[in-house]
Amino acid sequence: MADYYHSVILMEEKCTGCTVCMQNCPTQAIRVIDGKAHITPEKCIDCGVCIRVCPYGAKSAVTDTLKDLEAYDFKVAMPSMSFYSQFPGNFSKTKVDNALKTLGFDAIIDQSYYAEVIAYHLGNLSEDPFQEKPMISTYCPAITRLIQLKNPELIKNIIPIETPMEVAARLYKENSAAAHPEGSIGIFYISQCPAKITSIKKPLGLKKSSLDGALSTQSLYPLLMQILSHREDYDQHVTPVYLGESWSILGGQSLTSEIEASIKVDGIDEVAKILDMAELGKLSGIQFIETYACIGGCVGGPLNVENPFIARYRVESRTRGLSPIDTGEIEDNFDFNALLWDLEIEPLDILGLDKDLTVAMEKMTRIDRLVAELPGIDCGACGCPSCRSLAEDIVQKKASLSDCVFQKLQGGRRNESL
Amino acid sequence: MRFEYTVTTQNFTTAGEASSNTKKTLKLLGIDSKIIRKASIMAYEAEMNIAIHSEGGKILLDIEPGLITITALDQGPGIENIDLAMKEGYSTAPHEIREMGFGAGMGLPNMRRCADTFDITSNPGGKTCVVMTLTI
Repeated sequence: MADYYHSVILMEEKCTGCTVCMQNCPTQAIRVIDGKAHITPEKCIDCGVCIRVCPYGAKSAVTDTLKDLEAYDFKVAMPSMSFYSQFPGNFSKTKVDNALKTLGFDAIIDQSYYAEVIAYHLGNLSEDPFQEKPMISTYCPAITRLIQLKNPELIKNIIPIETPMEVAARLYKENSAAAHPEGSIGIFYISQCPAKITSIKKPLGLKKSSLDGALSTQSLYPLLMQILSHREDYDQHVTPVYLGESWSILGGQSLTSEIEASIKVDGIDEVAKILDMAELGKLSGIQFIETYACIGGCVGGPLNVENPFIARYRVESRTRGLSPIDTGEIEDNFDFNALLWDLEIEPLDILGLDKDLTVAMEKMTRIDRLVAELPGIDCGACGCPSCRSLAEDIVQKKASLSDCVFQKLQGGRRNESL
Repeated sequence: MRFEYTVTTQNFTTAGEASSNTKKTLKLLGIDSKIIRKASIMAYEAEMNIAIHSEGGKILLDIEPGLITITALDQGPGIENIDLAMKEGYSTAPHEIREMGFGAGMGLPNMRRCADTFDITSNPGGKTCVVMTLTI
């Protein structure tokens, strides 16, 4: 269990045990026990749906705080690709960067440039006959975890290239090693979602992240807005905007990699359906599936503040008409082999009832018998998202038949022998 | 143990359920993901065939130690020429079905490719039965 790290957490004092998060969790990872929501760590993919749907704001993400910057001499911010779209149009990228510096950062890394570098290689991979198709990128870490859990046969379709965030941080550290030796420089991601935070604390495909921590966009936003609305004396350096910023919206990866035969899917439930179709071999001719757990792409991240459709409009306005980075520049400066993962992504085979098939079959027979006894209305009052999941939990000794209010009303204890 | 899934003719909203239930069941039983993928493809193609070509039928999933058997049974009208039906790209699906992206003539060949054993019997004008097994 120690192997599972999650940034999604519950603030118990705010939880009323209302079951909204439980009913919406795409991997059925939540149970309500003794009036409080509990996340099953093996099943959680950090998609953040529970943070978005909780009516009481009881779900949150573990993040670092501005105080954590003090551990480093040289403090660097790496805003998420969707970060600048959170601010009204009159606050340019330059202004926002300057406001970040006012907050205590010494430098800002722009990962949208690296998104284009990766997009270039993604485009090349789409023409490589040895690359499994359709390709799936790891840009949305919640989807990578969903694949590990539900579609392990698609792991070979995941492209072996690191995320823009990791490439940008690693190269920044390598290039500034003389001025800022390891340990003195801290790179902090400003995150739109818990999945990215988890991917820093417990990366997939990498031994260790090159980032040192993560703050949420939500937590910095009010501070930055205050600075932005009171300061006029910004320096005149104009931060360039790259087409790569479009990775924050659905379609951006396909656009920048120039892969036409791509399917673009947002929303974790729709992504799950498309992945199942890919597993059935029903997507022949499709080179790339661009997937985002959040509606609209990263602009819809649960730790963002702006309406995702307004944010999308801003990204489109800002990137419209931009030319891609010169491919010669990419080829000269970025070796493909240096951008690859260094570890295999492993399947998470944890959904089985038992390692022994005979025992698993016995348990399944019991589950079916229990399901027939349960009311079948998936009311959630027992603390499980469906009657079937209660039956599974009973068989796995994590719940009891008396948790079902209908059974209780009928004096359900007589059925315990099921 | 046996699971039974009913497949209704021409219902493309529910077609796919036998396959997704097969996948869920086998996952719960802790079956290897490669086998699960094959079984889901076999069930999917079989139920699509029943929905497209037949008057309705069912998919049976039988699991025992060492063996998974998927059986597709339908009410007819049967297959005229089985050898021809087994050819990749051969299809008797009507135009409307092809328009929907189904009926590409890959169903039976896909099923045979995934299965460890494959057996089909059909009486023209009568029922069709496909029995497929996977060794686990």
